[in-house]
Amino acid sequence: MPTDLLSPLTLIVGDEELLVARAVSDVIRAARADDPDVDVRELEGSDVAPGDLGEVLSPSLFAERRVLVIHAAEDLGKDTAAEVLAYIAEPLDEVTLLVVHAGGAKGKALLSSLQSAAGRTLSAARITRPGERRDFLRAELRADGRVVEEEAVGALLEAVGNDLRELASSASQLLSDTHGPITVAAVNRYHRGRAEANGFAVAERAVEGDLAGALELVRWWSMVKLEHVLVTSALANTLRSMAMVASAGRNPAGVLAGQLGMPAWKVEKTQRQVRGWRPEGLERAFQAVAAADADVKGGAVDQDYAVERMLLAVVQARGAGR
Amino acid sequence: MSVFDDLVGQQAVVLQLQAAAAAAARVVAGDDSTASAMTHAWLFTGPPGSGRSVAARGFAAALQCEDRGCGHCSACHQAVAGTHADVAVVVPEGLSLGVAEVRRIVAHTARRPTAGRWQVTLIEDADRMPDYASNALLKAIEEPPPRGVLLLCAPSVEDLLPTIRSRCRLVPLRTPPADAVAEVLVRRDGVDPAMAAFAAQAAQGHIGRARRLALQEDARTERRDVLSLPRSLHGVGSALQAAKDLVDAAQAEAARLTKDRDASEREELSTALGGGATGKGYTGSAPKGGAGALKELEKRQKSRGTRTSRDALDRALVDLAAFYRDVLVVQLGTGTPAIHGDLGAQAATIAGATTPESTLRRIEAVLACRTALDGNVAPLLAVESMALALRTG
Repeated sequence: MPTDLLSPLTLIVGDEELLVARAVSDVIRAARADDPDVDVRELEGSDVAPGDLGEVLSPSLFAERRVLVIHAAEDLGKDTAAEVLAYIAEPLDEVTLLVVHAGGAKGKALLSSLQSAAGRTLSAARITRPGERRDFLRAELRADGRVVEEEAVGALLEAVGNDLRELASSASQLLSDTHGPITVAAVNRYHRGRAEANGFAVAERAVEGDLAGALELVRWWSMVKLEHVLVTSALANTLRSMAMVASAGRNPAGVLAGQLGMPAWKVEKTQRQVRGWRPEGLERAFQAVAAADADVKGGAVDQDYAVERMLLAVVQARGAGR
Repeated sequence: MSVFDDLVGQQAVVLQLQAAAAAAARVVAGDDSTASAMTHAWLFTGPPGSGRSVAARGFAAALQCEDRGCGHCSACHQAVAGTHADVAVVVPEGLSLGVAEVRRIVAHTARRPTAGRWQVTLIEDADRMPDYASNALLKAIEEPPPRGVLLLCAPSVEDLLPTIRSRCRLVPLRTPPADAVAEVLVRRDGVDPAMAAFAAQAAQGHIGRARRLALQEDARTERRDVLSLPRSLHGVGSALQAAKDLVDAAQAEAARLTKDRDASEREELSTALGGGATGKGYTGSAPKGGAGALKELEKRQKSRGTRTSRDALDRALVDLAAFYRDVLVVQLGTGTPAIHGDLGAQAATIAGATTPESTLRRIEAVLACRTALDGNVAPLLAVESMALALRTG
């Protein structure tokens, strides 16, 4: 269906990067397949000066094929937007125009004129709700006409997290790695134990004495981009809550929640965590975290090492004083 | 009366500067026989509050005055106030003194003095010059214009590049003794002698801080609150609470100090950008780029606020370290006078209940906390860690 893709005006509404990039590259690929010498230009709405478009969008002597992509069309100035509309009224055969518009209130007049003129309108709305993310992933997995178990979609979502690009790439990886229906077992074979790491998850494992678990999370995280400061600050927060709960006495969680200004579930969880800790241990843990905070803010050469050493010190502090 | 009257407890320095001013006056009169007592680059060093900039301004006045710093002629007044045509005073406001600013200063030193005496350039906080800015200054120090004088102020010699400090004549100020500070408070600010003695002692030689303690009730309350921390370290929970109170107090103090200035700066900028204007040609909206300028200002103000609250916290930690020093003095029975004399009873109680070794460890903990704050550790975390260390000793 390359002819369909190469409609004279394609409008992409939305700002979900992945979807926009896919739509744009689909069109460019189709145009290249049609004519390998096609001239592709991509412009940012905010960079387009009046007159720039005339250069690209006027008839040329040799009528070579051209593709023009205008990103962030909502940032076009008044004059340049008028130039786009004037071109649309009299489009050229050899030009394929793609306009990407965020779809917000900005540049709304341009958007509605484009919508009535566009041969093809695609939606690239940002995916925010879990249900939408699930639909997206399911569609990705079914792309080749494969059979997908609904539970497998859920398992993959849980394992990979919320980033759309990562979801799309893990889906295509899974499709090429497996044959036949996609099942929970298939997902687990490739994605077991991979959870989204964050500072609090690491801190939780550390204060519960699970050194291996905490280190594993940190290592996973450092595969992507470990934010050392988030680990130290989350650990400081967790230890602070523990110290407050520990010194607040043996009241029911509901009462303590009011006193400490914490939600009741957090009080209960913290009460569980603080078991097995002594004041001396808390003190040592605090000092380890403070030292590591200085280290990750430029005090140490190797920040990864500073974080791991801190986790080790915290887990050891847990047993101290008993 | 002399321009050096406000320079407390620095007799040696005053003599040196007066001799230099006298030699400078002879140079102006055409007599070069004693010219070696005067030179073109001076570096004033000393702990905060010792009067580096007071000494430098006084010297600038002594150079401009017909009578070597009489303290009552217009040249003296203008030089001390920083409005003299031949005295440029540079006070770095931001975190550093940039190379562009330094180049401008260098160009200024090369001018001929309008009053025919000396072209003085005074840089307060010269330690805030990054290396490349110092290098821009180096040329002016290496090949000085005939009547140019450069006065630099910094906490210590090590704060400047070796190339700069080796070309300056050093003026080392000492921490002024408490009785000299007290005497100034009584003479200049009319403070009651007992209060002056207390404030001078508690401020540990920092004249500005001593004056604030003597004149402002909230400064005294804040100090008392800080020094109550050692008594509220019963359990882990109360230690953490005390740490939080300390950090909150520092932030509140900073907010109080910066709030009015922030608001008036914002007001001025928005007026300059045409906010609130009426009449012909007024479009009703801020001109293009106005929002960006406001945001830039807010960013600067925020960094200044952070700096102020960090300074307040650092002051509190200095007081706290001095308290444990008093405890150690009691424990070792040296008889050295206490810094926080009004808290002698509390120091004695703590001294009786702990050992000198643990007191030393506590002082170490306070100093480690200052280092940590300097290294950008989250203030609450650093102070919490210190409070817990103070608890166990």
